Amino acid sequence: MLELRSVCAGYGGFQALFDVSLEVRRGEAVGVIGPNGAGKTTLMRVISGLIRPTTGSIAMEGADLLATPAHRIVGLGIAHVPESRRLFPRMTVEDNLKMGGFLPSARAKYRERLDVVYGLFPRLRERSRQLAGTMSGGEQQMCAIGRALMSDPKLLLLDEPSAGLAPVIVEQLFDLVKRIRAGGLNVLIVEQNVQQVLRVVDRAYLLKAGSIRAAGTAAELLASETIREAYLGV
Amino acid sequence: MGILDIFLLEALINGVLLGGVLALLSLGLNLVFGVIDVVWICYAELIMLGMYGMYFLYSVYHVPIGLAAVVCIVGVGMLGVILHVVVIAPLLGAAPINQLLATGGVLFFLQSAATVLFGIEFRNLGLRLPVLKLSEMFISYSRLLAFGAALIGMVLVYLFLTRTYTGTAIRAIAQDRHIMILMGVDSRRIYVITSALGGGLAGLAACLLVLQYDVHPFVGLSFGPITFLICVLGGLGNFAGGFVAAFVFAELISLGGLYLDLEWGYVFAFVFFIVMMFVRPEGLLARRS
Repeated sequence: MLELRSVCAGYGGFQALFDVSLEVRRGEAVGVIGPNGAGKTTLMRVISGLIRPTTGSIAMEGADLLATPAHRIVGLGIAHVPESRRLFPRMTVEDNLKMGGFLPSARAKYRERLDVVYGLFPRLRERSRQLAGTMSGGEQQMCAIGRALMSDPKLLLLDEPSAGLAPVIVEQLFDLVKRIRAGGLNVLIVEQNVQQVLRVVDRAYLLKAGSIRAAGTAAELLASETIREAYLGV
Repeated sequence: MGILDIFLLEALINGVLLGGVLALLSLGLNLVFGVIDVVWICYAELIMLGMYGMYFLYSVYHVPIGLAAVVCIVGVGMLGVILHVVVIAPLLGAAPINQLLATGGVLFFLQSAATVLFGIEFRNLGLRLPVLKLSEMFISYSRLLAFGAALIGMVLVYLFLTRTYTGTAIRAIAQDRHIMILMGVDSRRIYVITSALGGGLAGLAACLLVLQYDVHPFVGLSFGPITFLICVLGGLGNFAGGFVAAFVFAELISLGGLYLDLEWGYVFAFVFFIVMMFVRPEGLLARRS
């Protein structure tokens, strides 16, 4: 479904990704784990078009993302929940969701998508008139995921969804990722919370200093010595 | 009612009427700044061109005034788009000072072009609108009309911003322009629409101001500085703040002019502005950040 081949990317003179190849197959949830500054967020940005790679190729269901104008990528079915949520803080929850459904194809089924999102997050329905910036961190994360789901995507990119949330909320969040997956959506999730994320994904990649150092099924990575030592502390 | 009370009430009412027009003026500038992050230094010169448009259409070519107003609003809206595409868009990534210098250059260009094309004579529509007499107060009909039309214009903009997808995107882009791609929004298109809207508001303001004031190539100097001050007083880019600031400013001018000379009204208003810049530098309705 999504395929990155030998992608290099960076900011100005600083290169953040070196020759990254990665794949999300139909029906999969895939994790990318790695320490701070490994290039995880850059990887997400390169896929959704926020930054463009210097070399390499990215394809979504055969469509060349690099030949697609950045604002059209979401129309190919890729919705990105950015790092630290990036809601429109002085707009209501419902206006935020409306922006998520800005695409002409999504406008036609606005009510239907709104019901799906409110079904997943009943709290958002209660808060629909509240300004997004005044909600708690967990509620804001719900709103950010809901906003991404409004476009009816095929692939959801989640960038550090658990960052800054209380442990209880993090549990709920990963349960939710499981539920979203069960609904048939593909997920690519970037996390520092390695133990949690390996419970909800099928496969994962280890990204370190901008390149892929290991890849395998969640079970393989959980069993792997390097990962256990480096991230799980056991 | 004592004679002073009547003057006071009349000044208050005139302040409200002036406030409506000033609010309309500041809305266009605020909209462009909030969305595109560029200050149209030449904003008042767009209004000047609109006023000339009204003068030529109505007084010289005898186009019906309603039609002339529509042509004027659409025309200045298109000027806004041209300004954006030709001057602003190539400079979007440039340093703010360069953008200011560029739109400042447009200001002098338009003033000079108007001087060459239209001469320096003061011109007006030659309309004599009646003055409304309410008990013992005199309220100018052209001010009432301007106030009403400004309110209608602002309500229409409000509905557009809150009820449509494009309007919602305009508000969103003012809060976080970097993630608009993720919403599937083509920011360049939103910038063009916003420029058309900002220009259209300048055009509407021109139609209303030409009812009360003569037009000449430097008429922008009478409205430009006060519009900028109101926007800054309300917090640049803050629509609600600009609205409130416009009425505060208008009342200060109107009431100050009642007790002393009209010029003293402006002195009061500007002193108030300077004091407020120390007290609330982020604007009257500053957001808690």
